[in-house]
Amino acid sequence: MKYTEEHEWLLAESDDLITVGITNHAAEQLGDVVFVELPEVGTEVSKDDEIVVIESVKAASDILAPLDGEIVEVNEALADNPGKVNEDPQGEAWFFKIKPSDLSPMDDYMDEAGYKDFIG
Amino acid sequence: MSADTTSSDLKKTPLFDLHQELGGKMVPFAGYAMPVQYPMGIMGEHSHTRTRTGLFDVSHMGQVILTGDSYEAVARAFETLVPMDVLGLKEGRQRYGLFTNDAGGIEDDLMFANRGDHLFVVVNAACKDADIARMKAALEPAVTVTPVTDRALVALQGPGAEAALAALTPAARDMSFMDVATLDLDGVEIWVSRSGYTGEDGYEISIPEAHAETVVRKLLAQDGVAPIGLGARDSLRLEGGMCLYGHDIDATTGPIAASLGWAIQKVRRPNGDRAGGFPGAAAVFAEIEAGASQRRVGLKPEGRAPMREGVLLFKEAEGGEPIGRVTSGGFGPTVGGPVAMGYVSADLSQVGTTLFGELRGKRQPITVHALPFVAANFKR
Repeated sequence: MKYTEEHEWLLAESDDLITVGITNHAAEQLGDVVFVELPEVGTEVSKDDEIVVIESVKAASDILAPLDGEIVEVNEALADNPGKVNEDPQGEAWFFKIKPSDLSPMDDYMDEAGYKDFIG
Repeated sequence: MSADTTSSDLKKTPLFDLHQELGGKMVPFAGYAMPVQYPMGIMGEHSHTRTRTGLFDVSHMGQVILTGDSYEAVARAFETLVPMDVLGLKEGRQRYGLFTNDAGGIEDDLMFANRGDHLFVVVNAACKDADIARMKAALEPAVTVTPVTDRALVALQGPGAEAALAALTPAARDMSFMDVATLDLDGVEIWVSRSGYTGEDGYEISIPEAHAETVVRKLLAQDGVAPIGLGARDSLRLEGGMCLYGHDIDATTGPIAASLGWAIQKVRRPNGDRAGGFPGAAAVFAEIEAGASQRRVGLKPEGRAPMREGVLLFKEAEGGEPIGRVTSGGFGPTVGGPVAMGYVSADLSQVGTTLFGELRGKRQPITVHALPFVAANFKR
């Protein structure tokens, strides 16, 4: 598992498939999530594009694409049950799967120990 | 992600230590360190208040006593600042009011009560210094304006509020909505009104600072009473259709545009016995006669996406100029979906009118909805 400074986690299922979600820490900071807007499957995204909108009872925030690539699957269950993001952010409540066209940013992302230091 | 926000220049209420002990997440609000939520979380706290009982610290609000030769003298003077019937308010009763400015805009909203020999006023935290200055400038020396700085203020709200307070001071049970009374709670003099900012039955309770924590601990020990933060206070009042000053009403919005005309009693309206005589009366009367060009309405976004303050509203799904804007919006836990309020052109303010809100560059349907979103549960 790799982590971004935007509090996303990335799990490499293979070199062709990376699953992306938000961390427990991020979910806790957001508070109760009430709305999730996901990208469409097949969308070509560039790193740092705003591709997911999350609204909590407190505020709206974005998730950025962590890599260049194509969205190949999204977690439709979150649209009907956004509260899942609070229940299991690092498991069932993944957001999307991306087929990366450039894996090099993965090297810059933090490992678990690095992320723990990052959030203090 | 979050900095330490309890910096030393923030004021603390008499309940600050208790908030920390209860796990309150403290944030700056109107110059005070206030709990935005407790470990239960905003959604849970909201639902708890609707189904059980919530206890809110609102000590940051301004409590002010106005005294003079008699209640009548004070009331007549206060009527020069507000378009309400103050003189006709019976002893032991409270009323909602508005300070207006010379243009007929709203400088603050407030509660005022006839407490026999004086008028007791509660104003918003962010406006209290200006309100006190306004009252002193306009009313002294005939009326003495005394800010109450040694009392906490808490709200006890929800279907269990009566049982909780009556267990400690039985006379609370005999009060009706908008009654005020001085009660004794284990030897402590509390000033109680049966009112609130949630749409639920409940009380607002002024407690001497030195006894505030003790009294609040006794309330929290009652069955079903939990501490509730500012986050749920906001979603509760939004579902309840109540205005947040500085957002839904401000110095540029008049009472009629704000759909608060009901708060101006007949006696202060055109042809009333004490018509006018408050700041901006001519402008307010013009709006009463001709109607306002914009109206504050409830708004229900379609789908699940909240439309928050600042979202622009359009008549059509494409093109055209904005015909209004959202002034408060978020998720309504009791409604189970997004709720909002805002201003729209008067000709588009009918309940059921479908408009479009622009969200992240896309227009989504949003329908004019009756207020409140959740039926009030007051003890009339």
